[in-house]
Amino acid sequence: MTTIRVTVDGSTYEDEVEPRMLLVHYLREQLGKVGTVIGCDTSNCGACTVHVDGRSVKSCNMLAVQADGHEVTTIEGLATDGQLHPMQTAFHENHALQCGYCTPGMIMQACDVLRENPNPTEEQIRVGLEGNLCRCTGYQNIVKAVQQAAGALAGQQGGEQA
Amino acid sequence: MTVADETTAQAEIGRPRRRKEDARLITGRTKWTDNLQLAGMLHIACVRSPFAHATITAIDVEEAKQAPNVVAVLTGQDVKDIQGSLPNAWPIVADQKAPPHPAIAVDRVAFAGEVVAVVIARTPRAARDAAELVDVDYDELPAVLDLKKAAADEVIAHPDLGTNISAHFELHSHEIGTGGNVEDAIRDAEVVFEREYRQQRLIPAFMEPRSVVVDPTGEQFVMWSSTQVPHILRLMLALTLGVPESKLRIIAPDVGGGFGGKLQVTPEEVITFLAARHTGRPVKWTETRSESLLAAHHGRDQWQRLTLAAKKDGTMLGLKVELLADMGAYLGLVTSGVPILGANMFNAIYKIPSYTFICDNVFTNKTWTDAYRGAGRPEATFAIERLVSDFAAHIGMDPMEVRKKNWIAHEEFPYATVSGLEYDSGNYEAATARAEEMFGYAALREEQRRRREAGEKVLLGIGISTFTEACGLAPSRALGEANYGAGGWEHASIRMLPTGKIEVVTGSSAHGQGHETAWSQLVADKLGVPFEDVEVLHGDTQIAPRGMDTYGSRSLVVGGSAVLKAAQKVIEKAKPLAAHLLEANVDDIEFDKGQFTVKGTDTGVGIGDLALATFAAHNLPDMMEPSLDAEATFDPINLSFPHGTHLALVEVDTETGKVALTKYVAVDDIGNAVNPLIAEGQVHGGLVQGISQALWEEAVYDDEGTLVTGSFVDYTLPTAADTISFETDRTVTPATTNEMGAKGVGEAGTIASTPAIVNAVVDAVRHLGIDDIRMPLTPERVWKAIQSAGQEQQAATPATQQPHFGDAPNQDTPETDAAVSGAEVGGPDSMSPDTTPGDGAER
Ligand code: FES
Ligand code: FES
Repeated sequence: MTTIRVTVDGSTYEDEVEPRMLLVHYLREQLGKVGTVIGCDTSNCGACTVHVDGRSVKSCNMLAVQADGHEVTTIEGLATDGQLHPMQTAFHENHALQCGYCTPGMIMQACDVLRENPNPTEEQIRVGLEGNLCRCTGYQNIVKAVQQAAGALAGQQGGEQA
Repeated sequence: MTVADETTAQAEIGRPRRRKEDARLITGRTKWTDNLQLAGMLHIACVRSPFAHATITAIDVEEAKQAPNVVAVLTGQDVKDIQGSLPNAWPIVADQKAPPHPAIAVDRVAFAGEVVAVVIARTPRAARDAAELVDVDYDELPAVLDLKKAAADEVIAHPDLGTNISAHFELHSHEIGTGGNVEDAIRDAEVVFEREYRQQRLIPAFMEPRSVVVDPTGEQFVMWSSTQVPHILRLMLALTLGVPESKLRIIAPDVGGGFGGKLQVTPEEVITFLAARHTGRPVKWTETRSESLLAAHHGRDQWQRLTLAAKKDGTMLGLKVELLADMGAYLGLVTSGVPILGANMFNAIYKIPSYTFICDNVFTNKTWTDAYRGAGRPEATFAIERLVSDFAAHIGMDPMEVRKKNWIAHEEFPYATVSGLEYDSGNYEAATARAEEMFGYAALREEQRRRREAGEKVLLGIGISTFTEACGLAPSRALGEANYGAGGWEHASIRMLPTGKIEVVTGSSAHGQGHETAWSQLVADKLGVPFEDVEVLHGDTQIAPRGMDTYGSRSLVVGGSAVLKAAQKVIEKAKPLAAHLLEANVDDIEFDKGQFTVKGTDTGVGIGDLALATFAAHNLPDMMEPSLDAEATFDPINLSFPHGTHLALVEVDTETGKVALTKYVAVDDIGNAVNPLIAEGQVHGGLVQGISQALWEEAVYDDEGTLVTGSFVDYTLPTAADTISFETDRTVTPATTNEMGAKGVGEAGTIASTPAIVNAVVDAVRHLGIDDIRMPLTPERVWKAIQSAGQEQQAATPATQQPHFGDAPNQDTPETDAAVSGAEVGGPDSMSPDTTPGDGAER
């Protein structure tokens, strides 16, 4: 067992974890952060995507001990002050989700795409989301949502995001 | 943190409402089964057979039982007298053969992935660790993997059955009185055109892995399951396990996609139930993705031989369909019925005077197949739409012209088809005209010609799919005639709360389709209340006690109709009360937009006030029960028949075999759309699944019967970067068999797009002498087809002299990948598992 100290969605937690425990299992099972989900066992699907120190990470691809001393944001911490993040709003408005299972990871990754490139082309959005699988939507409305969020974030001066 | 409200001034039906469901889904507050944590809950890990066919000679569980945190280990021997046999609800013929289907194999396994033991432990990791310690001895038996070989009964998947043929089904138009004898048509025809197509095996690959929790600690067993069919599951578990149905409560909480893959009663549901009963504690099973790909049911997997009798001018005279359908190792819930769902659909939109459909359902030692988006209808649509395009090329006609020559004209509806269905409405001309206009058909044909003549390396191909399908399963009487084990009705009830708010209870069980939103729209319009005042409850047999659940594009046309029928009953129930309060004759009461008024006056009372009046019940008409609540069961009188014209443009790089989809136009007639936004989303997602069958997906087994595509590394789902934005539109001929005029949209995109893509690729290279390439059309396969066609044209080798590669399984060969012009695909003995692992990886 190893002791870790991790900030998740603004609260700091201290826990004993097995060295082999994945970050996603730590989030789901130990912290009850079940908004982040698991879709595969080969790091292909991106359903588990969170932000670690502001950058997107597949949380099934990282050990909990590696998060020691870092700041994790999950889908549950994306909205601030009761206000949805513009990416969440854009997913809703553009019908960019059906079953919603890919959605937490997709939204977190989409935020990262815009962090790296606030004004992407459709092609750049599609490539940026390549690590996240969705079986329901056919991606078209997800791409639209990211385009809308890009506009909204640009409107919010310089695209500052969670 | 609620999603923005929209005003309710306009009509709800037809309005692109943003979904209510989204609020929890975009914030991570969703209730997936695997999220559940119950006090004292235990976890299951399954030990699965690595062999496709073997006798279990011994299982040593002692070491696993001693492992830390392990509570129990169960084997087939432990549960053989209580586990029953997993159900098949569709014996398609009276003498259908099927082996017993145990949840845990007892003494023999019939596919790699079958459960042989179950470890129950305090944590998922402890269970998984201990599962490694279970020692199983097997004696391997010969396994049959290839469908054609299985049909020849050389090796038997279940030796006790003595044959691999589960059922033999025939439908002849001359016998059911809907047309002539197809053999006469073939004998007399100017042109007899034969083709054989392959529907590869697919995996539904819903994004939420399956998960089951059973809590045995209350009065009832409560099961949460990631299922499409909580009601069917409850009944089937009761029948399978002998538990009183009233002691089972099934909850389908938020369910992360299904596509038919969660239309099942699974071994793991039975196992989790048995484990909970055995330990007396709540138990959870959640599968890994690899387990899901291995052991959740697969779909498709057919060989299709079609014979078309026609005139030289393109007029169709007869169609004969002969299918081999791979059941895999067992019959699941509707495994046997899937090919039969296509039996009436091969004739599609065409007027064909004679028709025969013959199908053999065949066992192999592979994961069992069952419903996957479209179930039987994509297979049929693929074959007929490929056939029509190939036939057009054969007689030198434009593929669209052949379609126009043979399709049912809009003024001919309602139309009784040669396969025994009655199409109520449609307008193929309108959808096609709109699609051609959006696509720029004529100009693209010109560009295609130019590139060919200029000798360019990247060629254009245009693919057509003018599809129809049958939705809204189904009139109960018709299901009875087809030997299906249940009816096709749907149930709904409406509860009028004293505050004027409304609860709608539906037997449909959504898993991404947006019922909460669409049903709210239906009720808001029907009862004249704000959209926000309607709450939709579903997916729990204790809350929604009756239902037939969600599959087969049935929810809106059947379940939505039940909701409307219940709402109408509320109105009828409220009228006498309105008359009483308004001191008028009930015959003079009119209802519009939520208000009951006295004809010819402006005195009235709102439906919410009446709900409150029944709550107080101080002043009701004599004998009136104090409630406006109503329930209804709707049984459709016919199926519904969406159709559409889809046009695909691809670029094929003749030097690399790479296919790029560059344009896709989909014009669908789904009747009236309740929520066009949701409908369009269904089309998008459906298109990608169908396109993915054409280009990328295939479940591949090696010659030992091991699933090679057992993870998302090898089973290649398309990503955002692989796909394009589609151009969609709708034409509308309302369905005549339900109040909404809706036809269903859940499967249309998937059904339509597969043949559109393959037709496009073949169209690009047909002049090279290629008239088929097996799906998925990977660059390797396309390249090999081009290479071998080139050699073919130089050498002009007769088909009969081509070498066969049947003894080299799991190899791509030109002969099995591409039916080169003039050469028939090899016979049964040349067939082998027909792809290479990782085919799709390089896209
Ligand atoms: S669960 Fe992390 S990538 Fe699939
Ligand atoms: S919305 Fe279902 S997987 Fe993306």
